[in-house]
Amino acid sequence: MFRIVNKKELNSAVTLLEIEAPFVAKKAKAGQFIIFRVDEFSERVPLTIADYDREKGTVTIIFQKVGLSTKLLAAKEVGDSIRDFVGPLGVATEYDGFKKVAVVGGGVGCAIAYPQAKALHELGVEVDVIAGFRNKEIVILEDEMSAVSDNYYLMTDDGTKGEKGFVTDKLKSLIEAGNQYDAVIAIGPIPMMKFVSLTTKPYGIKTIVSLNPIMIDGTGMCGGCRVTVGGEIKFACVDGPDFDGHQVDFDELMNRNSVYKKEEADLAEKHICRMDKMAHDLIH
Amino acid sequence: MANMSLEKIKMPEQAPDVRNKNFEEVAMGYTAEMAMEEATRCLNCKHKPCVSGCPVNVRIPEFIAEVAKGDFMAAYKIITSTNALPAVCGRVCPQESQCESKCVRAIKGEAVAIGRLERFVADWYMANCDEMPEKPAQNGKKVAVIGSGPSSLACAGDLAKAGYAVTIFEAFHTAGGVLVYGIPEFRLPKAIVQKEIDKLSAMGVEVMTNMVIGKVLSIDEIIDDMGYDAVFIGTGAGLPSFMGIPGEALVGVYSANEYLTRINLMKAYISDYDTPIRHSKAVAVVGGGNVAMDAARCAKRMGAEKVYIVYRRSEKEMPARLEEIHHAKEEGIEFHLLRNPVKILDDGNGQVCGIECLKMELGEPDASGRRRPVPVEGSNYVIDVDTVVMSIGTSPNPLIRSTTKGLETNRKGCLVVNEETNQTTREGVYAGGDAVTGAATVILAMGAGKKAAAAIDEYLKNK
Ligand SMILES: Cc1cc2nc3c(=O)[nH]c(=O)nc-3n(C[C@H](O)[C@H](O)[C@H](O)COP(=O)(O)OP(=O)(O)OC[C@H]3O[C@@H](n4cnc5c(N)ncnc54)[C@H](O)[C@@H]3O)c2cc1C
Ligand SMILES: Cc1cc2nc3c(=O)[nH]c(=O)nc-3n(C[C@H](O)[C@H](O)[C@H](O)COP(=O)(O)OP(=O)(O)OC[C@H]3O[C@@H](n4cnc5c(N)ncnc54)[C@H](O)[C@@H]3O)c2cc1C
Ligand code: SF4
Ligand code: SF4
Ligand code: FES
Ligand SMILES: [Mg+2]
Repeated sequence: MFRIVNKKELNSAVTLLEIEAPFVAKKAKAGQFIIFRVDEFSERVPLTIADYDREKGTVTIIFQKVGLSTKLLAAKEVGDSIRDFVGPLGVATEYDGFKKVAVVGGGVGCAIAYPQAKALHELGVEVDVIAGFRNKEIVILEDEMSAVSDNYYLMTDDGTKGEKGFVTDKLKSLIEAGNQYDAVIAIGPIPMMKFVSLTTKPYGIKTIVSLNPIMIDGTGMCGGCRVTVGGEIKFACVDGPDFDGHQVDFDELMNRNSVYKKEEADLAEKHICRMDKMAHDLIH
Repeated sequence: MANMSLEKIKMPEQAPDVRNKNFEEVAMGYTAEMAMEEATRCLNCKHKPCVSGCPVNVRIPEFIAEVAKGDFMAAYKIITSTNALPAVCGRVCPQESQCESKCVRAIKGEAVAIGRLERFVADWYMANCDEMPEKPAQNGKKVAVIGSGPSSLACAGDLAKAGYAVTIFEAFHTAGGVLVYGIPEFRLPKAIVQKEIDKLSAMGVEVMTNMVIGKVLSIDEIIDDMGYDAVFIGTGAGLPSFMGIPGEALVGVYSANEYLTRINLMKAYISDYDTPIRHSKAVAVVGGGNVAMDAARCAKRMGAEKVYIVYRRSEKEMPARLEEIHHAKEEGIEFHLLRNPVKILDDGNGQVCGIECLKMELGEPDASGRRRPVPVEGSNYVIDVDTVVMSIGTSPNPLIRSTTKGLETNRKGCLVVNEETNQTTREGVYAGGDAVTGAATVILAMGAGKKAAAAIDEYLKNK
């Protein structure tokens, strides 16, 4: 069992949990992820390692409540435990030879981008962060991102905070203004990663994206997470999750991620019963 | 006077059109009376040909003689002197190509039902002698066992009996290997596997789940930092292959590993579980092994109206157990033999709507001695399906070999071991099961685990 030692609601839909998992904390690196199960009946769900504390033996995850499993996890309180928490999985991001990098985060993707910006910053790399959100209500990690970047650009679709516009607009103008990026790291919804990759392609800037296909084991045994990169099949859980954005077949990934839309909606209904049962178990 | 009936005593089974809608065990096992009667078909041959057909040399006529007498306890002791998992092997061994293939009764009529008798004895023991083993006196040495399939369970058991402190490190959230994530409940009830693991726990074996070795810990850390005196690697052959044909990325294409893991390990067939799975109407399973039969029979039980096996050779070449092929047919699975998929079709929305196959003919024998299938030009046709399960083989996962120095592997990624001892190319590191042989059988994996345990004991005694 893995105990929750800290919990924060970052906005109405995004939760931060710090969880005791000494084996994971000991090895974790930016770009890697964990797989959790809330209880015996839960599915296996991947989340990026947002932060870790090797001394305390804890790992931080930041996630959006989108469906049954993330809602069940968000319902846990400090002191509660979850059944399974395995990691670190995936390949850590490589930063070899980077002097200046733009980190682009979209929505909850900022949680995944944050450890990357932080790792780069700690390595002495010049970091520009471009963070995009729909509106001011859902802005997360503003202070944290600012603290680990040389320049922090906040974008909202409706202009209610920061600048109005998309992250790709900002990225393009920064590149046009003469900023020489050795790499762009883009993490967020699939369309955002696709458009960032299209934006950087004409400039020939190396673009790293973090893919989020549906995963089960996270060890390369099911092939459910397969993505097409440069025309080849890759298993994102062991070959990634980071890939060259100019090589990724984003449309295929989008399609594959929709596989359980109907089942997930049905499960969300069931969620209500599960939550009732959890509350019931707590009382009795 | 021996019972000269040409046929085995029939195994009670659920009726095909009942069982293909539930996940309860298909074959229900002999009663004591049936077992004793079947046992009288054994001629107790002096030269014991059957024994040589068993990879772990179960003393077959001896145990069967005890069954005939009704001394099931004595039979159990004889079996378990060489076989650590009789309830499992009695159910899943390909008996027709092992022990039973050598039985003299098979020359005229059916072989003695060795597998069924083994299963009976093991089940009888489980039902009647529920005693848990005690923790043996410890010898102060520690062994790490990686993976928890049959090779690891057998290795851990023998080492624990010899007094070693054993820790099993399993990547998944539940121990048992293919016995829990691959082979379905209706062929091998998970309670049987759990019982074996509980016995290990009672002997002091520590089972640590969620431990992906190569990621969470390396073999070197296990030895150098955690102080384990020896390591056994029983990580199986879990890396799935795809065909590389167009359409494999469509929604509705699974590897057998994914499909079976969702159903068996993550219990997608029980509504209490949150595991999503595709609700298919028509499923094509590509392949002809046990894995393919299991996937097809699971698909049927999950509610698919049509389930097809698509296999590129003929039925004679199918590697699956005879009983599974027979059961699959009874349950309404349709076989497209000598057919090879060339393309999976898109319904226009990124979902599977069919599989295009080519007819094949048997040509000259290939390297494996089986006649090689050759395509018949222009014979393409389409089977309408909404789901395709690829069950064309697996190989060892590279996670451990790529993170451990000095572990040699062959071209297929299998760990190279000394055949006498199952030691790898690193001192103190042993391996067995599918990780060494490539995808094989439970009994071979179990045997390898026992062999490695004996070698580890020898090595550590002299160290
Ligand atoms: C490597 C990786 C790292 C991730 N890191 C984060 C993170 O740090 N924070 C965060 O909020 N989200 C992250 N995700 C996405 C997260 O896994 C999904 O949001 C989560 O699985 C949704 O599960 P659910 O049951 O709550 O919702 P559901 O309603 O079941 O699913 C909603 C959507 O999530 C995706 N999804 C469903 N099941 C899985 C699965 N088993 N694996 C992957 N995606 C799935 C599908 O696109 C689905 O349509 C990551 C995904 C991957 C692959
Ligand atoms: C669907 C299916 C049906 C089958 N039917 C039959 C049958 O009827 N009869 C028969 O004899 N054989 C059958 N087999 C084959 C048989 O199950 C295998 O040969 C046998 O299980 C191999 O045992 P093993 O101990 O080598 O490994 P496995 O049973 O494969 O177990 C390996 C274990 O190691 C774990 N692991 C892998 N990598 C790591 C890591 N890095 N760190 C920690 N743990 C790790 C895995 O999660 C797994 O639990 C079947 C196989 C399948 C898939
Ligand atoms: S272990 Fe398998 S091969 Fe050996 S006797 Fe038993 S059923 Fe036959
Ligand atoms: S070969 Fe057949 S009849 Fe002879 S001892 Fe073995 S099981 Fe009995
Ligand atoms: S999640 Fe199963 S292979 Fe990647
Ligand atoms: Mg879900």
